[in-house]
Amino acid sequence: MSDLHTLPNHGLGWLDASGEHAGVVLSTRIRLARNLQGHAFGPRARVNDREAVLEQTRRAMDKVELLAGSTLLALPDLDHRSRGMLLERRLASRELLGDVKVGPSRATAVLLAAQDPLSVMVNEEDHLRLQGLVSGLRLKEAWNRVDRLDEELGQELPFAYHHEFGFLTSCPTNVGSGLRASVLVHLPGLVLTKEIGKVLQGLGQVGLTFRGLYGEGSEVVGNFFQLSNQTTLGKSEEELVEHLDKIVRQVIQYEDQARQVLLRDAPQVTEDKIWRAYGLLQYARSLPFEELMNLLSGIRLGVGLKLLPELRVYTLNKLMIFTQTAHLEQAAGRDLSPGECDAHRAAYVRSVLSKEGPATPEEEIEQTDSPTEG
Amino acid sequence: MEGKESKKSCDQCGADDAVVHLTQIVSNEMKTSHLCEKCAAVKGVEGIEGPVNFPLTGFLAQLTDAPGSEDPPEALGPCSFCGLTFEKFREAGRLGCPHCYTTYESYLRGLLRRVHGSTQHLGKVYLPPDPAASDVEKQMEVLRHKLQRAVDSEDFERAAGLRDKIRRMEPAGTDHIP
Repeated sequence: MSDLHTLPNHGLGWLDASGEHAGVVLSTRIRLARNLQGHAFGPRARVNDREAVLEQTRRAMDKVELLAGSTLLALPDLDHRSRGMLLERRLASRELLGDVKVGPSRATAVLLAAQDPLSVMVNEEDHLRLQGLVSGLRLKEAWNRVDRLDEELGQELPFAYHHEFGFLTSCPTNVGSGLRASVLVHLPGLVLTKEIGKVLQGLGQVGLTFRGLYGEGSEVVGNFFQLSNQTTLGKSEEELVEHLDKIVRQVIQYEDQARQVLLRDAPQVTEDKIWRAYGLLQYARSLPFEELMNLLSGIRLGVGLKLLPELRVYTLNKLMIFTQTAHLEQAAGRDLSPGECDAHRAAYVRSVLSKEGPATPEEEIEQTDSPTEG
Repeated sequence: MEGKESKKSCDQCGADDAVVHLTQIVSNEMKTSHLCEKCAAVKGVEGIEGPVNFPLTGFLAQLTDAPGSEDPPEALGPCSFCGLTFEKFREAGRLGCPHCYTTYESYLRGLLRRVHGSTQHLGKVYLPPDPAASDVEKQMEVLRHKLQRAVDSEDFERAAGLRDKIRRMEPAGTDHIP
């Protein structure tokens, strides 16, 4: 059986901060919803429907060039920590994982392409959810990759398609292209200058919407907003992607302007906020996740404003992912109570910052005398 | 974030675990409130200034009530493939199978126009992998239409015959939801 533990870095290529505007845009994701003919959709599918969908997908995997050497992870076979890690790496949705107490439904799976950054959720709300997840603002590239996978899979699997309505989906809000393009942006400047409301309200007027870090229903934490297209029908995939790209670039401009306002009108407060955040992260012994996200938002802003020049964006990205519950529990090799989790989180952050963080002049002197805490 | 650390106390009473997390934009400022089930129920919609996060099902139900649907939706369905009734669709906000799009086509056209501003897919054109399978699917579509008309006109004998014919054409392993 394939095991997530043998793939410690799988699906994390999007963390590497290699994409355009990587300081502000954490990642770009394209998702395509597809269903197979002759089977009821996820919520009404019976076990044999679900098993047939999984089996057809498994057979198609062997024939699709892009999926050569890919890994199929059957969710019911994974332990709860591995499943949690898939969620935290944004490779599985909460819905696919199922109720915390009951666990995932039969025949649910995640398919990870050997070539990053493609993955497929099997038997979620729709039979297949194809996903491409890349670093920074790279909508066109993500779309091209997912489009190719869709072309290849569509030659092996009979997708449900209607001449007028397009690709058929369980929810009518996804029908047509089945495409959801989303960009995860960090907008502390707009939040601090209280301009964010106008921007978010404006999104609705241009056919876009926003969500929290983990998609639908999730909270906005650490000033991270997921901006995505609201409608899926009546426009081509390219139009949807280009429109989002255009608007995101505008939002980035507004964010840059807001940051300049902060530097101009409140330089001391801004600098103090950033260094306080950095100080807390370096020395705290207990860090709840939301507090961590807010502090990370502060130092991410500091890096963007070149007030913390030696801290890499990759380090900040890593600190967001490996400090989540399932990742901490996996590192500890056991389940952790909430209190223990906060302590492990703080220890991990201290350890990473001591190795990868910027050094103050005082620390540079100290480091020549004694090793820092590991 | 699904994890244990995400538990919060209620902003209102401070005692229970908050289960409702509401992000609002008030006077151009983003505010997040955390409420326990009781306080959220007590507050109801009164504390919410303008629509923010509302469930999809409620949204679809609202759209259902909007004027402009071409057919009275109650007259449509249930779906001859998966058995989804209009009431169930309205309740869950999800269709049951690809065939539901044919069953509820006239109603969906109005709904899609309101949700997406269009009913016509302008994206990728898809050709199924096996032309033979496609023909079977087309034949089945025709039969399903006939079946629907037979059911509508209460010609149950003819409907039973058509249903049997459709079942014989379906791929092995396909299950039916009554």
